[in-house]
Amino acid sequence: MAEPSKKEATKVVDEGIDVGISRLTEEKIQSVINSVIDEETGARLKTYVETCVHCGLCSEACHYYLSHDNDPHYSPVGKVKQTIWEMVKKKGRVTPEFIRQAAIIAQTECNLCKRCAQYCPFGIDIAYLMSVVRRIIHRLGVTPLYIQDTAHSHSVTMNQMWVKGDEWPDTLQWQEEEAQAEIPDLRIPLEKEGADIMYSVIAPEPKFQAQLIYQAAVIMHVAGVDWTMPASMGWDNSDMAMFTGDNELMGRLKRTHFETAARLKVKKIVMGECGHAFRSVYDMGNRWLGWAMPPFTIVHAIEFYHDIIKEGRIKIARKYKPPITLHDPCNVVRGGGLHEKARFVAHAICENVIEMHPNREHNYCCGAGGGVINTGPPFKMTRITGNRVKAEQLFGAKTKGAEVLVAPCHNCHSGLHDIVHHYEIGLDIKFFGDIIYEVMEKPA
Amino acid sequence: MVDSRSWDWDTGERHVSLDSLKKKYRWVEEPYASPDGETVAAIVNVDEGEFTVCVNGEAWGETVFDKIWHLRFSPDGRLTALVSELGEWTMAVDGAAWENKFGYIWEPRFSTDGTAIAAAVQQDMRYAMVLNGKPWEQTYANMTYFAMSPDGRHTAGAVQVEDADSGEIHKFQKGSFTAALDGQPWDMRFVNVWNLALSPDGAHLAAEVRLNLYDYTIAVDGVPWESRYATVWEPVFNPVTGTVVAPVREKGMWRLVENGKSLWDRRFVQIWHQMFSHDGSRLAAIVAPKYGRWTVAVDGEPWPATFTQLVTDATFSPDGQCIAALAKDEETFRVVVDGIPWSDTWDMAWQPVFSPDGKDVAAKVEKKNHYTYTVNNRVWSGSCDAAWEPVFSPDGTHLMLRTVEAGNYVRRVVPVSDIVG
Ligand code: SF4
Ligand code: SF4
Ligand code: SF4
Repeated sequence: MAEPSKKEATKVVDEGIDVGISRLTEEKIQSVINSVIDEETGARLKTYVETCVHCGLCSEACHYYLSHDNDPHYSPVGKVKQTIWEMVKKKGRVTPEFIRQAAIIAQTECNLCKRCAQYCPFGIDIAYLMSVVRRIIHRLGVTPLYIQDTAHSHSVTMNQMWVKGDEWPDTLQWQEEEAQAEIPDLRIPLEKEGADIMYSVIAPEPKFQAQLIYQAAVIMHVAGVDWTMPASMGWDNSDMAMFTGDNELMGRLKRTHFETAARLKVKKIVMGECGHAFRSVYDMGNRWLGWAMPPFTIVHAIEFYHDIIKEGRIKIARKYKPPITLHDPCNVVRGGGLHEKARFVAHAICENVIEMHPNREHNYCCGAGGGVINTGPPFKMTRITGNRVKAEQLFGAKTKGAEVLVAPCHNCHSGLHDIVHHYEIGLDIKFFGDIIYEVMEKPA
Repeated sequence: MVDSRSWDWDTGERHVSLDSLKKKYRWVEEPYASPDGETVAAIVNVDEGEFTVCVNGEAWGETVFDKIWHLRFSPDGRLTALVSELGEWTMAVDGAAWENKFGYIWEPRFSTDGTAIAAAVQQDMRYAMVLNGKPWEQTYANMTYFAMSPDGRHTAGAVQVEDADSGEIHKFQKGSFTAALDGQPWDMRFVNVWNLALSPDGAHLAAEVRLNLYDYTIAVDGVPWESRYATVWEPVFNPVTGTVVAPVREKGMWRLVENGKSLWDRRFVQIWHQMFSHDGSRLAAIVAPKYGRWTVAVDGEPWPATFTQLVTDATFSPDGQCIAALAKDEETFRVVVDGIPWSDTWDMAWQPVFSPDGKDVAAKVEKKNHYTYTVNNRVWSGSCDAAWEPVFSPDGTHLMLRTVEAGNYVRRVVPVSDIVG
């Protein structure tokens, strides 16, 4: 495989990275890198570094690599070579400028989507290696501004969007009132101890997309679910700290979420249509806290819809007519195996489902995941130009007749929106919840 | 503590019809039973945007509110709820709203004896605590964690004292938060302040603090401990000596420290919810001795029995000699007393309750939506649609069981011997 060929074409300016870099010394860099490698990574990093034979089979898996005409700078193993290998090889003796590049690569040129791990004959998990780099970047204080700000929001409010303590229950009560115009006895039961289910969402819902809470409430109501939402912290299941490498904060967020479920004495946590939150609750956060498995059954919205449709708890009045295509979010498909359930839901509610290719666990990431979209405007084009293949894939589905793109993940939604817009693909993007709400039988 | 000696402890049962309410109102929300079991109340919807509370079948005072939520009995038996009228919010106690109204009110707290009630309030986008209807004089741009002293005389909050707009990450990292006791902020600023604890007399305030993005410690009365940790969890005060104990993380493992000095030698994969016995002589915590295994450690020694999913709701007996908790394996809960799990498994269980002499333990439990009680590992024969935690009589001979059965609220006093044989 060729050596990395080019540096960043344009030098982005990001206050988080730039100010962070200006404060670094080589001693500091070395001590942080060695402390992370020696004290936090253990055998996994070592094994991966020693096992990789540089065969490059993982390259074809990565949408950044494919979208940049097979530029090795963007290949999974190329990203590793430009970051953690060099750090290991040089025992941490790297320059601030090297750290700047490492921050840009790990935080903005890898979605931690794990597609490449499926192509590596040894199952090397590049996403894990990029997470180690992000951890080092966090410890060095060089995390990009926007996602660092999101982590700060998490730290203060335990939610992603600086939603204050009063704004959350107030929003739920407002949505409840709105929904009562449609279904007079509908409730969003707050703090109902002993309910079967705690429904948790990510903070963009109360902040910008409150109609999603409205729709979820209608679905819960019609399905006759015994559910509740907490009125205090712990309602937000999102986790950008997981993506900035601030593991201590990730643990704090997940503890808050799980203990809220424990306090409410629910049996299950049903999560809204979000991928990364699922990864955080189901895989990363719980483990950091010492739980091999989450203390409560975690049900992603896809599985929840699957179950209530299958059990006949909601009925479809008339299937959705416009042909849809389905984007498989990495975190719930590669990470949670929900692809067939997603198809069951899609076929149950839509007349015409057109598969994009590749699909299921081989689907291309939206380019937003892994916190990349949360690095904000400075890196917007990185993710859009880095995912031309996604545009081609979507265009393929569109050519076969798809008019609507269903993406059961918030980040995917936003990321795909940018791609659809930039490449002028012309697809409407929806959540499953949008369509279910539209086509289900509701009390007259 | 609430004095339950004056309550009716004669064996027998009383019923209040709940089903009949359903005909009277558009909807009836989940009921709440008073601590003495004499009253059952539920928020009811009278008409569009008109709510009241139905108390033993009677409407709650004259006022109909635009919205009512968070109906709860205080430990002394007063009925409280968060209510809104003409777009303003406040607390209503036994049907009467506090005079002071706010933009919003949430997270009510009660003192141990129930005589004091506090909550967080927002007015004109400024935040404060309100205690018995009276808000702090100082207000803050944000307030995130709240606490009330056990005696109900003091309140505290984690408050924002410097403006740091979203996006101003470096300003934020210089510290914009502190803690305030009765409205008075500490001098020092922190990046974050979480989980406040007030000493039993309310004179001292401790909190988790983050000094920069990486260094965590505990601050007491505004002064951080000298030691720094990778992270920390909630501090608690020793009820007798007043020292502060908190779990801290170093090199990937947790231990307990007291006033910044090591307390337990043993390190754990996780430690939290540490608690003192009433006399302060014993200290227990929920721990993970190994990855994926949970139990209770008492004075540093974990119980031999461990559980996979969750250990929660640990509680000391009044004399501090015993500990009861709930443990979850797979999908089922069990009551565990002093490390010995009881035989029956449940879909859900509630915090175990000790008799005053500490000899008997009772817990509300549920399986397949049927609620019952388990006492000393014997299951009560009743099966209910809803239930509240059991209450022991002051002499420990009787249990008050508050349940919902066949559309009726039932208050029942039974001899403990009827259940345990
Ligand atoms: S973006 Fe996905 S495929 Fe590309 S390197 Fe990262 S984890 Fe691998
Ligand atoms: S990570 Fe795996 S596929 Fe990629 S170069 Fe190394 S060995 Fe080959
Ligand atoms: S945002 Fe969606 S597609 Fe993208 S990484 Fe997350 S789950 Fe994957």
